[in-house]
Amino acid sequence: MKLANSLPVRNLKGKPVRTAVLLLLTTLLTLTVFGGTLMIISLKTGLHSLESRLGADIMVVPYEATTKSNLETIVLQGATGYFYMDNEKYQKIASCEGIGQISAQFFLASASSGCCSLSVQIIGFDPDTDFTITPWIKKSYAQNLQKFDIVVGNDLNAFVGDTLTFYGVDCHVAAKLDKTGTSFDTAVFTNSETIKALIQSSVDKNMNEFKNINPDAVVSCVLINVAEGYTVEEVLNDINIHVKKVKAIQTKDMISGVSDSLSGIADIISLLIAVVWIAGIIILLLAFTMSVNERKKEFAVLRMLGASQRKLAAMVMQEALLVCLLGSLLGIGLGLLILLPFNQLIEELLNLPFLLPSAGQMLTDTIAAVLVSVLSGGIAVSASAFRISRMDTALILRGEN
Amino acid sequence: MLLKAEKITKQFLRESRNTNQFCAVQETDFTLEAGSFAILTGRSGSGKSTFLHMLSGLMTPTSGRVLIQEKEIYSLSDKDLSAFRNQHIGVIPQGQSALYSLNVLENICLPYTLYHKNAHQEEALALMEQLEIAHLQAAYPSELSGGELRRMAIARAFLRKPELILADEPTSDLDDENTKIVFAFLQKAAREGAAVLAVTHETDVSQFADKVFCMKAGVLTEQNSL
Ligand SMILES: Nc1ncnc2c1ncn2[C@@H]1O[C@H](COP(=O)(O)OP(=O)(O)OP(=O)(O)O)[C@@H](O)[C@H]1O
Ligand SMILES: [Mg+2]
Repeated sequence: MKLANSLPVRNLKGKPVRTAVLLLLTTLLTLTVFGGTLMIISLKTGLHSLESRLGADIMVVPYEATTKSNLETIVLQGATGYFYMDNEKYQKIASCEGIGQISAQFFLASASSGCCSLSVQIIGFDPDTDFTITPWIKKSYAQNLQKFDIVVGNDLNAFVGDTLTFYGVDCHVAAKLDKTGTSFDTAVFTNSETIKALIQSSVDKNMNEFKNINPDAVVSCVLINVAEGYTVEEVLNDINIHVKKVKAIQTKDMISGVSDSLSGIADIISLLIAVVWIAGIIILLLAFTMSVNERKKEFAVLRMLGASQRKLAAMVMQEALLVCLLGSLLGIGLGLLILLPFNQLIEELLNLPFLLPSAGQMLTDTIAAVLVSVLSGGIAVSASAFRISRMDTALILRGEN
Repeated sequence: MLLKAEKITKQFLRESRNTNQFCAVQETDFTLEAGSFAILTGRSGSGKSTFLHMLSGLMTPTSGRVLIQEKEIYSLSDKDLSAFRNQHIGVIPQGQSALYSLNVLENICLPYTLYHKNAHQEEALALMEQLEIAHLQAAYPSELSGGELRRMAIARAFLRKPELILADEPTSDLDDENTKIVFAFLQKAAREGAAVLAVTHETDVSQFADKVFCMKAGVLTEQNSL
């Protein structure tokens, strides 16, 4: 007999309401297990992405930046803002002991209207020394950026070949970056030459908060990787002691707020998964037990017609596994349907870096979720299957009248 | 000798009545030849169904042996006994026995499909023809009357041409005319070589049978010529 007409399938089709309820249960079970783990994985991938985007041990900013402008919202949450310090600070920092890699960055926020196409954070880097942004840009754009070339974050509504205007200066979109799940998705990147021209133009138009600033004499922040043989703390303290009016921050500390709330959310989701999973197994157990009680007569008839105890147990097991398989596929489909289109929204709601994992990782998660729910169904039905194989056929056949 | 029961006894524990043990069938000997049709009568509760279930391999006797084709069926494993019942014993139980998610034809073909054998639909249809339910083959059991359901169960029991037919009140919800049809059908099966034992309350069907037995409080006696 073909699978589509086999007894377990016919039994499932013959009781559409019961089957639908079981399907719904397993769908919800898988949705939680799959969606939940995918969310945890995405948050972790996002954090990892943020770490590698920051890519430096230490970030040095002007002291006011830590008080006046909210540094963390700029770096971590994609708020716009900018601040500057004298170039001389950069020289002083560079001469500190234990500096491995060092590079300056330049910030500018574009205005929300008038002379600018978009309101974004513009980050300029020095192509000669940069070690955080260039490796990542290289993935999308192999060439060097020319003057007035810009690279846009993945979430921005701008595409390669577009021209964006900032403070009256036309810039050419050379590349669009891969998604990072971090504040960098809403930023624009360019080299130091270009951003200096933009800063100059904003000053000329009297639109920069810092009047009379000379773009060639300032930097916004300095990123440092510690040389081998030195600890981050040593270098950090050295800079904070010897260079005035700047603040050296360990990037790990900056992210620690993010990773704390991330692990908080991950804990909540894990708990939710555990609760739903246990409740799911219990409900499935009850559902199967009830369904088997109600079907005693049917099993007795099959026994009478020559079905062995094992055959009956196998039949019930197959029904359950079929339902769980179908339900888990539905649950995964539903999970993808929610997570794929709305991951942006989730990112905004959680205010945490959120990056869907690679296809391979997703496939692993999918297979794991299917296994978990099919296994749960198997566990839940095994008691019923055992009970059926042990039932007293004669008693049931007699008991009907 | 197709069927032979040696001193089979069935005792039940009746906790509710506080009389520890109750004997539904007492040390009963019974034989049934191939090609013979026996009828078993008796009052309600006298142990007829219990007796029949022990013969069909569905209820292990408290003591005694049941042999079918020289095989002691209760010494077989569950798997072997099930396969044996599937092939050699046709059981028509008391009460309803339809599977409601299958249609009538599929219900009748179950003895084959249970063992993944190709359903012999022509044979099933021929049986249905004889029992006058051929027109209902695509209907579902919920759409059938009690009598039609009963005839479906009879067709199903006969499908694999078993050597032994055990029927528990096969005509309890049929009218006189259909009762006659069913008993004539059972008689014909016996004429064609099967051993048939039917429990019945009908009084005027002994004409079809070769032997008539009566169960009284768990004791079986053969009734001599009518
Ligand atoms: N599993 C059981 N546990 C306890 N008592 C039982 C059990 N099965 C049968 N009995 C008792 O054994 C006796 C015989 O039952 P059985 O079903 O064999 O009667 P019967 O002759 O088929 O009656 P009827 O004509 O009403 O079908 C009854 O008194 C019944 O209560
Ligand atoms: Mg009875």
